[in-house]
Amino acid sequence: MTPKRKQKLFVILGLVSLTAIAVGLTLYALRANINLFFSPVQIAQGDAPMDRQIRAGGMVKEGSVSRDAESLDVEFTVTDYVDDLTVYYSGILPDLFREGQGVVVVGQLQADGRLYADKVLARHDENYMPPEVAQALKEAGYSPADFQAKAAKVGKRLEEEGVPQASEY
Amino acid sequence: MWAFINKLRSPKWFYAISTKLQPWFWAVAALLLVVGTVWGLVFAPADYQQGNSFRIIYVHVPAAFLAQSIFVSMAVSGVVFMVWKIKVADMAAAVMAPLGAAMTFIALFSGAVWGVPTWGTWWMWDARLTSMLILLFLYLGVIALRGAFSSRDSGSRAASVLAMVGVINIPIIKYSVDWWYTLHQPATFTITGRAAMPMEMWLPLLIMVLGFYCFFIALTLTRTRSEILRREVNKRWVRELVEEAS
Repeated sequence: MTPKRKQKLFVILGLVSLTAIAVGLTLYALRANINLFFSPVQIAQGDAPMDRQIRAGGMVKEGSVSRDAESLDVEFTVTDYVDDLTVYYSGILPDLFREGQGVVVVGQLQADGRLYADKVLARHDENYMPPEVAQALKEAGYSPADFQAKAAKVGKRLEEEGVPQASEY
Repeated sequence: MWAFINKLRSPKWFYAISTKLQPWFWAVAALLLVVGTVWGLVFAPADYQQGNSFRIIYVHVPAAFLAQSIFVSMAVSGVVFMVWKIKVADMAAAVMAPLGAAMTFIALFSGAVWGVPTWGTWWMWDARLTSMLILLFLYLGVIALRGAFSSRDSGSRAASVLAMVGVINIPIIKYSVDWWYTLHQPATFTITGRAAMPMEMWLPLLIMVLGFYCFFIALTLTRTRSEILRREVNKRWVRELVEEAS
């Protein structure tokens, strides 16, 4: 490689690494805002603002969904297996909404600690399987282990840091 | 390695080798895409939760893979062009950009169509979706920048720099679902690690991914050949080639 080419290669590498550092720092500074939703752990720690439109996400707790017989009102618990959040919603739920399923709810956190949702979005995990396989797994005692492990990790990290993430800015 | 790079210097050599290679890639691509489409859309089992709408994965995932791979290829070609002054690399980068933009659009569009029945929304400003939209804008930027100069060489160099700098977006797209909370789920299809789907769903997806890559290679070879002829139209070997043909 001629010295001129070597120099050019270094200039390019330098340019790319500088941009990478700039983008990396920006994303680091904005990390709390880039998260699409608050986890129940963060809400329990008081990271989420009250009376403002926020998004919260987690799994619908098994056996927590209670529907009103007369209307579309529904109440359920969103959990990350560390903390729980009670969600109140009135409207049509997405097809994939069910107990043990990931959801993102959009709404306001009220003083009573419940979240009054305007919108409920279903979240899907990365696992796909035919109905027969799902049935077999269910009989064998399947649990959404991946999400559980990730949520526990995040919860532990937040506890260790002890700093409210979203209120830093 | 150096011998190979030196050979690449000659558009004539690349033209000859790609003439031999391209029919094979077209044939394999057509075969894989037909087999993968029929297998994925007809014979693969439906998902236990999403039913048949899950089949969008057979277009969505390969398109998203290609969208990112093409950008990386463009950036690598940019480095090769800038450092070693190999013109064929720039021609390849030029013809790759529209295909990459198209693949990004397909990934975004099929994702939106898929999002309506599964998530309940067609768009959400989450990290994965937003970084993918930025990729589309980067592609459009690279294409526009190339055409914005009166001299072709300036346009080539500007487009190369944008591709090299923009490649930083690729790891952000890839790891966005791990770094942040997103509506989009983590990756299903990985070459390494355990598959998040059983074999009868995974195999057609693998075939589709390979088919998309072969299609990308075949189209790039064919389009680079035309680009070589267009740029080298005054060279003697091209004139001889045309005389032979006519």
